Amino acid sequence: MPLKSIVVTAIVAFAAGLVFASFAGYELFIPGLLEGTWITIQITVGGALLAVVAAFIAALARMYGPAPIRWLASAYIEVFRGTSALVQLFWLFFVLPQLGVTLSPMTSAILALGLNIGAYGAEVVRGAINGVSRDQWEATIALNMSRVLALRRIILPQAFVAMIPPWGNLFIELLKSTALVSLITISDLTFRAQQMNQATFRTLEIFTLVLLIYLGISLLITFGMRALERVATGGIVRGRAS
Amino acid sequence: MFWDWDYAFDVLPVLAKASIVTIQATLAGFILALVLGLVFAIMRMSRNRAVTGATTAVVEFIRSTPLLIQIFFIYFVLPEFGIVLDAFLAGTLALGIHYATYCSEVYRAGIEAIPRGQWEAATALNLSPATTFKDIIIPQAIPPVVPALGNYLVALFKETPLLSAIAVLELMQTAKILGSQNFRYIEPITLVGVFFLIFSLIASAAIRYAERRLSTIGKR
Amino acid sequence: MNDMTSSPLSPTASDTQEPMVRFSGVTKRYGDLTVLDNLDLDVAPQEKVAIIGPSGSGKTTVLRMLMTLEPIDEGVIYVDGKPLTHMESNGGLVRANEKYLRSVRGNIGMVFQHFNLFPHMTVLRNCTEAPINVLGLSKAEAEERAVELLELVGLGDKLGEYPQRLSGGQKQRVAIARALAMRPKVMLFDEVTSALDPELVGEVLNAIRMLGKQFQLTMLMVTHQMGFAKEFADRVCFFYEGKIHEEGPPEEIFNSPKRERTQQFLSAVLEAG
Repeated sequence: MPLKSIVVTAIVAFAAGLVFASFAGYELFIPGLLEGTWITIQITVGGALLAVVAAFIAALARMYGPAPIRWLASAYIEVFRGTSALVQLFWLFFVLPQLGVTLSPMTSAILALGLNIGAYGAEVVRGAINGVSRDQWEATIALNMSRVLALRRIILPQAFVAMIPPWGNLFIELLKSTALVSLITISDLTFRAQQMNQATFRTLEIFTLVLLIYLGISLLITFGMRALERVATGGIVRGRAS
Repeated sequence: MFWDWDYAFDVLPVLAKASIVTIQATLAGFILALVLGLVFAIMRMSRNRAVTGATTAVVEFIRSTPLLIQIFFIYFVLPEFGIVLDAFLAGTLALGIHYATYCSEVYRAGIEAIPRGQWEAATALNLSPATTFKDIIIPQAIPPVVPALGNYLVALFKETPLLSAIAVLELMQTAKILGSQNFRYIEPITLVGVFFLIFSLIASAAIRYAERRLSTIGKR
Repeated sequence: MNDMTSSPLSPTASDTQEPMVRFSGVTKRYGDLTVLDNLDLDVAPQEKVAIIGPSGSGKTTVLRMLMTLEPIDEGVIYVDGKPLTHMESNGGLVRANEKYLRSVRGNIGMVFQHFNLFPHMTVLRNCTEAPINVLGLSKAEAEERAVELLELVGLGDKLGEYPQRLSGGQKQRVAIARALAMRPKVMLFDEVTSALDPELVGEVLNAIRMLGKQFQLTMLMVTHQMGFAKEFADRVCFFYEGKIHEEGPPEEIFNSPKRERTQQFLSAVLEAG
């Protein structure tokens, strides 16, 4: 969203947060929520790392791998995009133990959400690599570079810059999907919200505050990605080859 | 044993019945999303800065926060204000509002893609804003964005399992109940996953087909 | 100057030396369209060949196939005596694999109409990237070589700049230096001044002229710069509909073309100025 909207939303969020925090008795539920926030952040970061790795492997496998590898990558992408994060989460949490593999809830969460977003990320990576102009490939052929070298030193660095905005959106999707882990007994922000609600019945304040915290983290992600984009482009104009 | 076909066939009818709830929630939610999304889109185009600002803030707020929390909000918070909704209604409402924000973005893109000349011709013919929208703009804006809307329909459908968090008896909730009753989760949950996967693949193919057909329809 | 006056159209003509580049029966099709039709073309070492002709005549395709940017449908291309697109196997020729292809391709360099510089690298790194990673030069050696070339083309003060900051003429000169840093024996120029503002054309042509002499390069140039071709080329090939319609020394082609189409083309081009 445009910068002005972000700033306006941030100000509103911050002000609302202050208003609510000023309600008496907030110390009843704020600590719990903050603990939950920390868990949410951990899962988001862990899931994001896994997503990026999975996306690159799947995209490169699909574009340049031999047939069986390509098929595997496609299967991964289609399955994880065709079913929702919750289904994948529940499958890892309920079904896997009955097949003999028991993962901790945190591991299941990071695995399910990371692989889920990674499947969408694979398309982003693929799109960005394809978006690098053919002229650049031809220049690498004229300089007698191997395909691997060309990909590594010339194509991927340029694709990387184009990828940043879509990845930003995916990371925000990841953040939103972390709320689901509350349904597999992980004490994330959403779980804590329900817990605090049962304890204090300050329903409106708690849930509004929780929404604001999620919004706040998503704004952090947006700003972070913008900064990353600035660093990555350095002296280059985004998206143009010479 | 990895897979019990007998058990699988036993639970299939139960899941089939539950899928009706899933489909109802999907359709109801999506219709709400389509209508409300259009309202959001039009409000964001208003001349009144306060209206645009407020709508943008609300839309961005809803888009950037988890659907699950919004479901909880509607189910648990609204009663405090006297509005008590049953789980199905609350869940469908949340789905509809959440996806209305996505649809509003799609509509906006479609409207912005209309050449300025169309607006100018409408002005030259002295058409009122309402007529312009109704007869000139919307009919041209919608067809190109139908594939994008279709994708959100599929996405909404895949998120209906979230309603299990407030005990709506849709597919996922039913699968969990079956699993806990029979101490065996493998078949119910896998079947639900396969169901979503198959439907999603068919729907995506259909949308791609529609996209191709729509883009070959002659333009002005 | 060049004493290869025998007709390059018959590969069995007695040559004083092995040709540096040889097209032998090369055909290229795009679907139903035959872009190059059974082409035979020999280029002697250090010969400078200008390729002219209307668009669609196949002239750019000749360069692109030599640079292995496009696959050939029939025929064989030889570079410095070795087949380029095919390799010898059991006494016959089979399609080359990437490893073999690259071993022969290193002899060829190309400069493109739209420069194709790497936007995320400085001028210097553009010129050292391939020598370091493909030729295995050390960073110091590669930089020394690159600096020498960049100074030769007059860009010694732009080493740390990014391509976006340069004018078209400067970018093209960097592209030339980058290609030459790989020390190819054959250099291909694909309409390298067509995308430039007129006042920048001269600096690029000067660079080509100077480097061609200094490094004793074999050159193939697709160009619309008839004046440059006349003055610089040893031989001019006029392409029409996928074949060499007429060829010969520049004086002959430009001043007294023998065939009608050649005359038509030249008068149209010269009219356009």
